[in-house]
Amino acid sequence: MEKLIIANKIFNSRLFLGTGKFGSNKMMRDAINASGTEMVTVALKRVDTNNQQDDLVNHIKGNHIMLLPNTSGVRNAKEAILAAQLAREALETNWLKLEIHPDPRYLLPDPIETLKAAEELAKMNFIILPYINADPVLCKRLEEVGTAAVMPLGSPIGSNNGLQTLAMLEIIIAQSNVPVIIDAGIGAPSHAVLAMEMGADAVLVNTAIAVAGMPEEMAIAFKLGVEAGRMAFEAKLGSKTIFANASSPLTSFLD
Amino acid sequence: MKEGKFLDVFNNYNWDEISDNIYSKTEFDVEFALSKSKLNLDDFSALISPAAAPYLEVMAQRSRTTTLRRFGNTIQMYAPMYLSNECHNICTYCGFSFDNKIPRKTLSDEEILEEVRVIKSYGYDHILLVTGEANKHVDINYMIHAILLIRPYFSNISIEVQPLKLEEYQRLSEAGVYAVLVYQETYHSENYNDYHTKGKKSNFKYRLETPDRIGEAGIHKIGLGVLIGLEDWRTDSWFCAAHLNYLEKKYWQTKYSISFPRLRPAEGVTPPKVIMTDKELVQLISAYRIFNENVELSLSTREHSTFRDHAVRLGITSFSAGSKTDPGGYAHPNEALEQFEISDERSAQEIASMIKIQGYEAIWKDWEQIF
Repeated sequence: MEKLIIANKIFNSRLFLGTGKFGSNKMMRDAINASGTEMVTVALKRVDTNNQQDDLVNHIKGNHIMLLPNTSGVRNAKEAILAAQLAREALETNWLKLEIHPDPRYLLPDPIETLKAAEELAKMNFIILPYINADPVLCKRLEEVGTAAVMPLGSPIGSNNGLQTLAMLEIIIAQSNVPVIIDAGIGAPSHAVLAMEMGADAVLVNTAIAVAGMPEEMAIAFKLGVEAGRMAFEAKLGSKTIFANASSPLTSFLD
Repeated sequence: MKEGKFLDVFNNYNWDEISDNIYSKTEFDVEFALSKSKLNLDDFSALISPAAAPYLEVMAQRSRTTTLRRFGNTIQMYAPMYLSNECHNICTYCGFSFDNKIPRKTLSDEEILEEVRVIKSYGYDHILLVTGEANKHVDINYMIHAILLIRPYFSNISIEVQPLKLEEYQRLSEAGVYAVLVYQETYHSENYNDYHTKGKKSNFKYRLETPDRIGEAGIHKIGLGVLIGLEDWRTDSWFCAAHLNYLEKKYWQTKYSISFPRLRPAEGVTPPKVIMTDKELVQLISAYRIFNENVELSLSTREHSTFRDHAVRLGITSFSAGSKTDPGGYAHPNEALEQFEISDERSAQEIASMIKIQGYEAIWKDWEQIF
């Protein structure tokens, strides 16, 4: 399989994990290890930035696991920039999952504030992965201001509803010059397979693994799903058709 | 933003009509409500009605799975800290009532920091500051001073005090307050003054419009609730849900939490007029969760330990533990100063262990002061 490259960093796995909602830090670590992921996102607000031995961070850290701090909780660009700076200092990384959702009910991202923040953060040399609605124009605008990837949602976060934004995701994937990571709403390995078969570069999964009856096993299921979907994409799936090939009433006279 | 306050919405409702509607619900209405993914207030009426009693397990299961999907296997921990028990209101159910001859105390800076040290030693990072209503002793300046004093020690500060003016809420927001809790106690406007006989709290309308002012001030979270035991809990809870519905649409950037304190014994208070059983409390918790997937549901140490142990899996998202309801009570416990007796006396660590045994994780930090 082709390696995924984001901002010159090579990833062997196209599955990224979120770290919320697990029943314990141990369950989270086991799921991370089982998934084969090389990048996990962690909410800055959950980390005790004054504590070098923060329990959550300690359970994630590993030689091959990269931390992707996220700005969950901020409501506008100004707060996001402050959070980004704190995350860079506390977690010693300039990678950032930029998420600005002023709506605390559905956690839907604010496109205007996200674009504003991305523009500023890019100037400050952050490697930005923005969480956004599946808006193809916004994806191009973010790409233009210098984000390293785009992370459009499949359906509302935590909903497990799969790729409800399919038509828009297809356009985003078709016209993107940066990796497309489908984030939010992926509730079953089959959703991840579909995302990868469509040509998404990666998926980010949290709720479906964290609240599964057996998170570690579910992480393996997602790992396999992502790999299967990507292999199918690279092997060039046969195209679907609604046309019958047996007869050609309009063109048979040409034979 | 649309003009108008909740009072305008509230005036369109009639307590007796709402109550009649709830009590006339049938099993058909309950099943219809449960068949929907997005419920309205009429569906909520069905779920809190007596007709829903046979569906308790079904409701509890749905509440659990919905909560798991939205909040995961986690319970947020917080500690209340009473800054003062001075109060100029006369409330028939409250241990701090003005006419209750108990020793009064307002914490000094040194005493506040003493409390902070004990609360921090339990592992807490989210704190709820509580006072009575006594503007001479505990005004907005005292509150701001206390908040700035404790701010270096906590990521998340909430406050439960008397209704304030818009500009005062703006000052609280600037000082770093995350949430403001103001319970209406009862939405029964005619009987409200039977319980709040004297003092500023006797102004029903001013209290009713308070969440609007908190929302306008841009506070991150508003806590709502009724005191269960005063009036019919089903009707009161319906009004609380209607209030939540209104606020969520108007102040859409704000988070909301709901509490359902059952009246507890306290020095010199009248006993509850209405008794809510444990089964009914489970029904209410489940109904709130099915009605609203995102609202935070909080359960305090007023509830007994068996109920709290089971509530972890029912839809509750935040817990207090090891609480003291007297000012200075963490460092120097003094039962004579309490607002109410707590029922679950286990320590924070004991509660965290109980949560862990149930496959959940106690969350101590989930906020950053810079937000």
